[in-house]
Amino acid sequence: MSNPSAQDIAFSANGLTRYFGNKLIVRQCSFAIPRGTVTGLLGLNGTGKTTIIRMLMGFLPPMRGSSSILGINSQSLTAADRMRIGYTVEGHFLYRWMHVAECERFQAGTFARWNSKQFRETIERFGIEPSARVSHLSRGQRAGVLLALTLCSMPEVLVLDDPALGLDPVSRQALNETVLEFVESGDRTVLLSSHLLDDIERISDRILIMVDGRIVVESTVENLLNRLSTCTLELDEDTKTLLSIPGLVYMRRIGRRWTLTIVDMDSTTESILVSLGGQTFVRNQTAFNDAAMAYLSRTRGSNSFLSNKTSASASA
Amino acid sequence: MQIRIVAGSNTAIYKQIADQINRSVASGELEVGQMLPSVRQLARELVINPNTVAKAYADLVQSGIVETQAGRGFFVAKRRQVYTKTERTRRLDESIQSLINQSFSLGFSTDEVLDRVRELFTKALHNVTESSS
Repeated sequence: MSNPSAQDIAFSANGLTRYFGNKLIVRQCSFAIPRGTVTGLLGLNGTGKTTIIRMLMGFLPPMRGSSSILGINSQSLTAADRMRIGYTVEGHFLYRWMHVAECERFQAGTFARWNSKQFRETIERFGIEPSARVSHLSRGQRAGVLLALTLCSMPEVLVLDDPALGLDPVSRQALNETVLEFVESGDRTVLLSSHLLDDIERISDRILIMVDGRIVVESTVENLLNRLSTCTLELDEDTKTLLSIPGLVYMRRIGRRWTLTIVDMDSTTESILVSLGGQTFVRNQTAFNDAAMAYLSRTRGSNSFLSNKTSASASA
Repeated sequence: MQIRIVAGSNTAIYKQIADQINRSVASGELEVGQMLPSVRQLARELVINPNTVAKAYADLVQSGIVETQAGRGFFVAKRRQVYTKTERTRRLDESIQSLINQSFSLGFSTDEVLDRVRELFTKALHNVTESSS
């Protein structure tokens, strides 16, 4: 999958840029998400995840750059094209006075294709009775109804903007199962944003990490973990010495003990660290949560951590 | 065999699966020729991406612990050496290095670690003997 052809790409962005007023929210974002994969979009609140999703969905025009879904420019999506796309966002509207089964009947008429069996199976997974009134459902169950309604139209791609927000563990598991089942056929694709790193690690093939409006990581989960090392060492040096370490993604200090996350660490970098930390130097594999946190923790003030090697972008 | 995985662990999920199958084979819980669950089945059971299970199985095949039988699935392979002595030593060293790193960061002394290794080794060997008798 090193160079997938255009028809193998479900979502793509090329230099997407968006301001709100004078504020630059999304900066020159480019990515290509292959069909048949689950991609997790990670980023802190306010980093531009929802803006990028809205541009991708064609709800918001970019100021520069372009994006496409299933090879169709986001800004030219027709109603028929949109039938091929499932989209849910936290806070989507459901009539509170309706029963769950009524929600389905109400929405079924507006779609060319509709699969009621899919609805029943999905709500069952979330433990929802068709006779339940929407106003009596938990937050997780309401999310389940929304997801079920989205899947009924048999979309080819699914875009979920923070679907796990506020869900209990049972609903989260139901959500994960539903996403994995959706891609099981092999040609359907999911893009979901989330803050739940454990869930993203479990279900994703690929991840995009956004920091400060930029995509800083586009990689398979496996490739990201293979390329990152976590090192600890004790020293009294100030940060200046460590900032010049090639491939430094993030560093954290507790007393004299430093923890560094480094991308594509080679023997030269290792010998620099050994010379600084001596016997205290330890190199470990990086856990997914730590890898994601290392990137997410880079705030506006720490752009000096960015070097040519720290993008960790990989299309493998 | 019950496989349990922990997301957010220092060990990647595919590695956790491969390690547990490896251990079950070593302890005799999984016997030579026994069929493993299909990639899809195990992925469903664990609620994880099927590619992660596929990667674990591919690693086990490469290490010679598991073999594929075209169209039938994955089976526990007859024990054989698939690596040279040098490669086996390198792999062993890698694991020991990881143990040493963990021991340092958790604050255990060399003697404490060695005692614990002996204890767990004895236990594992005992399990193998019991299950093969």
